[in-house]
Amino acid sequence: MSRASLFIPLTAFVVIVALLYAGFSLNDPHQLPSALIGKPFPTFDLPALSAEGSAAARVTQSDIRGPVLVNVWATWCPTCRAEHAELLRIHDESGLRIIGINYKDNPAQARLWLAQLGNPYEFNVVDADGTLGVDLGVYGAPESFLIDASGTIVYKRVGDVNRRVWQEEIKPHVDVLAKSAAAAGAPHG
Amino acid sequence: MVEPRIATLLLMLALLVVPLRAGAEGAIEAFQFDDATQEARYRALTEEFRCPKCLNTNLAGSDAPIAADLRSTVHRLILEGATDQAIRDFLQARYGDFVLYDPPLRRDTLLLWLAPALLLAVGLAMVVVMVRRRRGIAEPLSEVERAQLDELLRDSPEKDAK
Repeated sequence: MSRASLFIPLTAFVVIVALLYAGFSLNDPHQLPSALIGKPFPTFDLPALSAEGSAAARVTQSDIRGPVLVNVWATWCPTCRAEHAELLRIHDESGLRIIGINYKDNPAQARLWLAQLGNPYEFNVVDADGTLGVDLGVYGAPESFLIDASGTIVYKRVGDVNRRVWQEEIKPHVDVLAKSAAAAGAPHG
Repeated sequence: MVEPRIATLLLMLALLVVPLRAGAEGAIEAFQFDDATQEARYRALTEEFRCPKCLNTNLAGSDAPIAADLRSTVHRLILEGATDQAIRDFLQARYGDFVLYDPPLRRDTLLLWLAPALLLAVGLAMVVVMVRRRRGIAEPLSEVERAQLDELLRDSPEKDAK
């Protein structure tokens, strides 16, 4: 056996360690990359969450024109409650519009939630049986989508939107959208 | 003496198989189909896709609410007359490659698909090298070596005799 071949086991060990290190430093396996980035917001025709007793207006995908953050939430979702204060803060601080999708929820409880915790949403789409959720590739609330002016999905977040996610992920995207909107708007005056 | 051993082996094999079957029949819903073909397709499709919420359970075996939603979506699409491939495309367009247990063959998945063949090739090469090396030890003796051996063999009985 040559001297060099004595190092084969060590080399194999180092290679395996490197592969495992890379593999385990990948993102959380629960974070699926969204298949919908760059795609138009799916078509839908659903009722909006109305005030108690009043008739519900219908909303469609044409009502979702950005820049707007579409937030999938439900009263049965504890993480949504944790996230709610941050959504209110984002709306107050940056003026970013937020549209809610009330996902597989009870409308009466949803109204109560908004009355008690505050309402950052421009309006809420009532997705009672989760069909819009399936079209959006939602697999658990909360999820948030950033939509540009043409109604295209530019960013998706699975899990809560917190300060760090806002600062590091969503805000940069919003700034890019604002810049391109300014550039597009300038020639027309 | 052999029979108990075989019985133990069979029991171990049975234990390996049982949990898989139990997992596959975790969720039961009463869906109506027009015919048995549709029902068979529904079963095959829900076994084929991975539940997006769970790391390693298929749609048929998962109790997650999203898996129930996707089962009813598959049911609806079948009744609407969608082909199996159309249903695959529908789910992949929304949930990505994650829901497919067989990743599609693309440039970025090429290594994934070729890795088993590459590893097999490396393994075979190692076997070939080892066999060659071992055969090298048992190489036929050269003329000189044969003469030496004969001499030794001729000598030894005399030594023993002494």
